[in-house]
Amino acid sequence: MTNLSVEVSSQIEQPLPGAPDNWKRFFGFSTDHKVIGIQYLVTSFFFFLIGGIFAMIIRGELITPEADLLDRTVYNAMFTMHGTVMLFLWTFPSLVGLSNYLVPLMIGAKDMAFPRLNAVAFWLVPLFGTILMASFFVPGGPSQSGWWAYPPVSLQNPTGNLINGQMLWLLAVAISGVSSIMGAVNFVTTIVRMRAPGMTWFRMPVFVWTVLAAQIIQLFGLPALTAGAVMLLLDLTIGTSFFDPAKGGDPVLFQHFFWFYSHPAVYVIILPIFGVFSEVFPVYARKPLFGYKVVAVSSLIITGLSSIVWVHHMFASGTPGWMRMAFMATTMLISVPTGIKVFAWVATIWGGKLRLNTPMLFALGGLFMFVFAGITGIMLAAVPIDIHVNNTYFVVGHFHYVIYGATVMGLYAAFYHWFPKMTGRMYSEGLGKLHFYLTLIGTNLNFFPMHPLGLQGMPRRVASYDPEFAFWNVIASLGAFLLGMSTLPFILNMIGSWVQGEKAPKNPWRAIGLEWLVSSPPTVENFEALPIVIAPPYGYGKSDPLVANPEALEVIHEPN
Amino acid sequence: MKIRTILTLVMIAIVLAVISLWIGQQAYSWLPPQASAEAQLIDRLFSFLVTLGSFIFLGVAGALTYSIVFQQAGKYDFSDGPHVEGNVPLEIVWTVIPFVLVIWIAGYSYQIYEQMAILGPMEHTHQTTAIAQRASTATGATDMQEQQSTTAIEVYARQWAWEFRYPEQNVTSTELHLPSHQRIKLSLHSEDVLHGFFVPAFRVKQDVIPGRVIDFSFTPIREGQYRLRDSQYSGTYFAAMQADVVVESPDAYQQWLTVSATHPPIAASNQAFDEYHRGQNPLNTGWKTVEPAPPPVVNAPSGQARNL
Repeated sequence: MTNLSVEVSSQIEQPLPGAPDNWKRFFGFSTDHKVIGIQYLVTSFFFFLIGGIFAMIIRGELITPEADLLDRTVYNAMFTMHGTVMLFLWTFPSLVGLSNYLVPLMIGAKDMAFPRLNAVAFWLVPLFGTILMASFFVPGGPSQSGWWAYPPVSLQNPTGNLINGQMLWLLAVAISGVSSIMGAVNFVTTIVRMRAPGMTWFRMPVFVWTVLAAQIIQLFGLPALTAGAVMLLLDLTIGTSFFDPAKGGDPVLFQHFFWFYSHPAVYVIILPIFGVFSEVFPVYARKPLFGYKVVAVSSLIITGLSSIVWVHHMFASGTPGWMRMAFMATTMLISVPTGIKVFAWVATIWGGKLRLNTPMLFALGGLFMFVFAGITGIMLAAVPIDIHVNNTYFVVGHFHYVIYGATVMGLYAAFYHWFPKMTGRMYSEGLGKLHFYLTLIGTNLNFFPMHPLGLQGMPRRVASYDPEFAFWNVIASLGAFLLGMSTLPFILNMIGSWVQGEKAPKNPWRAIGLEWLVSSPPTVENFEALPIVIAPPYGYGKSDPLVANPEALEVIHEPN
Repeated sequence: MKIRTILTLVMIAIVLAVISLWIGQQAYSWLPPQASAEAQLIDRLFSFLVTLGSFIFLGVAGALTYSIVFQQAGKYDFSDGPHVEGNVPLEIVWTVIPFVLVIWIAGYSYQIYEQMAILGPMEHTHQTTAIAQRASTATGATDMQEQQSTTAIEVYARQWAWEFRYPEQNVTSTELHLPSHQRIKLSLHSEDVLHGFFVPAFRVKQDVIPGRVIDFSFTPIREGQYRLRDSQYSGTYFAAMQADVVVESPDAYQQWLTVSATHPPIAASNQAFDEYHRGQNPLNTGWKTVEPAPPPVVNAPSGQARNL
C-alpha cells in the first residue's frame, strides 16, 4: 500500500505532504502560497492553544469571587496576553493562512503576486510571537495593561527598566502590523491583477470578495495603529509626551489611534468568515448563493462603513454628546449590509438539500451565534444602553460570540471543508461531529453567562468580584474548561487523518470552484494551464461547466 | 395557495411577536434595581431592543431550524436543490426593513439620551428636573426637595481608592452619600490614570480622565446602598477599587453631612493598600507593581455611617 501511494503521488509530480522529503518545506523559507498557508494555519493554531491555556487560567481565577489563585499582577498579565495572542497570533494569522491557501486557487492564479514578500510576512509571525512570549521572562513580567494598552496605565513602568514587558509588547504589535501590511499589499495586488482569463469581478467566489474587503481595511487602518504603537513606545522609552497627561499629553488621543484600526479589525476578522459561510452553505445545501452580487458588494460597503464607527468603543471616554450620537448612527447602519448577508444565507439554505456533515454543522452553529451576537451588538450601539454595559462582561460576552461563536466556528468549518484539498486525505466525520458538539456546548456555557453578569454590573478585567456574581461565573468557567477539552478531538482528527486518513479525490464534496478542479493537494504551480472561466460561481442545480479547459489544468504523467 | 402562505406567515409573525413581547418584559428583571431616574429610561430602551431582537432572532433561528429538521437530503439523494439565484423584491424588502428598523432604534435611543443629559454642563436643568419630578411621582415619593444644592460633589479617583469631597460642608469621605430625588452633580477628577465611575444601579458610567474635570449628573430615586465600581482598567488592584454609595432621604443626608463635619479626619480602610503591604498571595512571582496610594484620610470613612 505504501509503495502504491508513493506511485500515485509521483504521477502528479508532487510528493504528498508528510512524505519524508516533504516535511522540510513546511519548516523552511518556501514561497509556495499553499505551503505558507499551512505554515500560517499550524503556527497560529499552536498559539490558539497557548491563548486557550491563558483563558483557562483566567477562568480558574474567576471560579471564585476572591483573587485567590493568582497574584493580581499575574492575572492582569494573563488577560493581556490572552487578548493579544488570540488576536495577533491566532485570529489574524489563521485567516491570512486560509486566504493565502485559497485565494490564488480560487481566482485561477499560480501563486500570490509577491511570493517572497509572502514568505517574509509569514516568518515575522513566529518572530513577534517569540518576542511576546519572551516578555514572560523579563523582570516585572509581561505587559499588564490589556490588549488595548491605554495610557497612562501602559506608560507606568514600575521596574524602571528599559527592556520591560510593555516595551516588548509594543515591539511585537508593531512587527505584527508590518507583517499584516505586507500581506495586505500582496492580497490586494493578487486579487486585482492575477485573476485567470474570464474570471471577472462578478465571477469571483464571495470568499475572494471578502478577503479583498478585509485586506483593504488592513491597508488604511493598520498605519494608524502602528503609528499609535510607535508613539506609545517613544513615550515609554525615550520620554516623549504624546499621551502622558502628566507632561501635557492626551491619553484619549491614543484611544482614537487604537480604535481607528482595532474596530475595523473586527471586520478584517469577520469578513473572511462571511466568505467561508458563503462558500460552505451552497455546497452542503446544493443551492446557489442567494443574491450573490448583493452579498459580494455588501462586503465592500461594510469596509467603507467600518472606517467610520470606531468611537463606539469610547462612548464612556469623555466623548461629547454629538460625537456619541453620530457614531451611534453609523454603527447601527453597518447592521444593514450585515443583515443582508444573514438573510441571504438563510435563503440559500431554505429549500435546499442539506447534508449535515462537520463543515456544515460548524457553519450553521456559527451562523446562529453570529445572529445572537449581532443583536447584542445593536444594543451596544445604542448609547444609553452602552453607558450602562460598556466595560462590563456584557461586552465580553458579545465579542466572544463574534470571535469564538462565529469566527472560530467558521474557521473550523473551513478547516474541515478544505482539509481534503490541503492534505489529500479525508478527515474522520465521527471525531468531527464530536468536536462540533463539544464546541457548541462549551461556547454557549462559557459566553452566554457573561451577558447576565454584565447587565448586573460586573466590570470586565477584574481579578476579584462581589459574591453576588458567583453563580454565572462558575458556569462560565466550566464552559471554558469544556471548550479547552473540545480541541482534543480536533487535534486527534487533524493529525490522525493527515497521517493515515482515506485518500481524498479531487472534489469530495461535489463542490463548484476552481480549487476543486485540480488534484488534492494541488501541484506546486496549481494549474498547468490557466483556467478559462466561462461561468459565474455557485452553479448548483444547473450543469454548466465552470471552465472551458478542464482537461488542460493538470498534466497527468503516465507512471514509468 | 398564495393567500394560504400569507396567512401562515402572518400567524407565525403574530406568535413570534407575542413571545418577543413577553421576553421584552422579562428583560427588566435581568438588570439591577432601578435606583435612578436614568435607570428607568435606559431599562425601557433595553426592553424595547430585547423585544425587537428576540423577534429577529426567533425568526431567523426558526427558519434555519425548520430547514435543518425538514430539508435534509436523503442518504442516497445526490441531486441538487432548485437553481434559485435570488429574488429582487425580497432582497429589497430585507434591505429596507432593517434600514427602517435601525433608524427607528437610533431615533428612540437619541430621544432617551436627550432626556438623560448626564454629561457636561447643566444646560438641560429644566428638562432633567422634570424627569426627576416625573420619576418621583411615578415611584410615589412626594418629598421632592426644591432646595437643590448647586455645588458639585467632587469625586477623586486614584490608584486605587475613591475619595469624595463635599466642598460646601467641608466633608470628605470614602463612601458616596447622596440625597434621593435630587439632581446630583459630580465633578470627576483623576490623579493618575484613567478610571471609570460606574454605579450599576444608576446605569451611569463615565471615564475619569487625568488632567480633565468632567461634569456628570444624574438623579437617584431609590434609597438604599449600592456599589460604585471602577469600570476603566486602572492597573494592578483595579478590581479592588470599589466604594459604597448610600442614597438616603434629604433629611438623613443633611444630618450625615452635619455629623461628619464634626469628625476629625482619619485614615480609611483600603483594600489595595492592605493587600500590597500584606503581600501574601498564593502564587507570587514578585513582579514589581505600582505602589498603591496611602489610604485616604477623611472625615467619614466607609462603614461608619451605618454605625451612627
